[in-house]
Amino acid sequence: MNITLVVNGTEHTADIEPRRLLVDFIRSTLKLTGTHIGCDTTSCGVCTVLLDGTPVKSCTVFAVQANGRSITTVEGLKQNGQLAPIQEAFKEHHGLQCGFCTPAMMLVGSALIAENPSPSEDDVRWAISGNLCRCTGYVNIVKSIRAAAEATSQGATS
Amino acid sequence: MYPAKFDYLAPESMGEALAILAERGDEVKILAGGQSLIPMMKLRLARPSTLVDINRLPDLDAIDVQNSHLRVQALARHADVVRSDVVKSENALMASAAPWVADPIVRNLGTVCGSVAHHDPEGDWASVMLALDAEVVAVSKEGHAHFHPGADGERHTGGTRVIPINQFLVDMFTTLLHPSELVAEIRVPRYERGGGNYQKLERKIGDYATVGVAAHLELDGDDRIGKAGLALTSVYASNLKVREAEDLLVGESPSDELFAEAAQIARNACDPAGDVRGSADFKRHIVDVFTRRALAESLTIAQGGAS
Repeated sequence: MNITLVVNGTEHTADIEPRRLLVDFIRSTLKLTGTHIGCDTTSCGVCTVLLDGTPVKSCTVFAVQANGRSITTVEGLKQNGQLAPIQEAFKEHHGLQCGFCTPAMMLVGSALIAENPSPSEDDVRWAISGNLCRCTGYVNIVKSIRAAAEATSQGATS
Repeated sequence: MYPAKFDYLAPESMGEALAILAERGDEVKILAGGQSLIPMMKLRLARPSTLVDINRLPDLDAIDVQNSHLRVQALARHADVVRSDVVKSENALMASAAPWVADPIVRNLGTVCGSVAHHDPEGDWASVMLALDAEVVAVSKEGHAHFHPGADGERHTGGTRVIPINQFLVDMFTTLLHPSELVAEIRVPRYERGGGNYQKLERKIGDYATVGVAAHLELDGDDRIGKAGLALTSVYASNLKVREAEDLLVGESPSDELFAEAAQIARNACDPAGDVRGSADFKRHIVDVFTRRALAESLTIAQGGAS
């Protein structure tokens, strides 16, 4: 089946089998390997991407479902060669250890900030509760997302 | 993991979708949120030869008030219920249960109607709807009154039948839905003075319930219980409506003693399996504790207290 979708602002057209999972389409066809595969059973959240701005687990979405829609992966966070505030904040606040869950954490964090510009610690913990960090580095992940929210709102007001 | 091959159809109107269902019947599965169906297909527990993706059907994602009921349409996501002001003001039990369904990312895609149609005995929504005496609206091209004659309380109009939830849920993963039908909406009765609450124990966010208890109470003019709903998740072969406890509560003045008696009935009615989430005795104990808590919280809300 032919699909056309926009990934990180670029339109792609491909002929794929309906059973092709979105995560494999992103990784194998588009070669965007920042989106990871973890549990492959909708539990761990490392395959999270934004579908029209909303976080979804791409191991549990068929690529054909994204036909005509827009996807953002971690590779799409950077703007004009500059790290996005969420990326700067993870770097600054040691929001990662092994890095495996990090792309998903940053995408979920950026979707949260888009909806709630000043999330509380509880809001952040709630938002990332579908994403596992097996290094258990949650404290710094939460810190990073809150710092990114602050930087984003300062950027918006200055 | 990959599902077996299937044909994928994405109709753009309800008429088109129902025509496909009428034609292809048994081989079809409907794809709404896909958060239970796709994992089952990947594990090859489900092998539909045709998937009908209904996500492109227009005007099918409302959560709103229609006459005497709250309507939840087929494409309303769990996250939509969490955010819905209508649900917050109209139905305390649904508002309390929604944030406990799956995890925040799964809630962005998974749907209430899909969860009920899937009827996993460990699903939260079926218990909520049993406690609320909701109705399921099934639509088809021709109408299917003749497939299940005699079901109590069923109403038919053209290609639509309205099925009481306790009739709709037949057994685990089994419902009254005919392969050519689609769950278009769920109708939840509105109430004047009422409240509800969902209690869920889970090992981690996103896990199935170790135990879930859905409670709903309505008060009459004399402050007695006019209507009561109680249903349990994950402690029986299917979601369990505890009618004996409901009957006990109706007509009585609410009290801790009364709620303890209802909890005892619930404890005896359930039949949990001991597993990695806990022993059968532990789960029975939690049913007892949660039933009392959920009823007490429902009462507080019904009396106009803070939730």
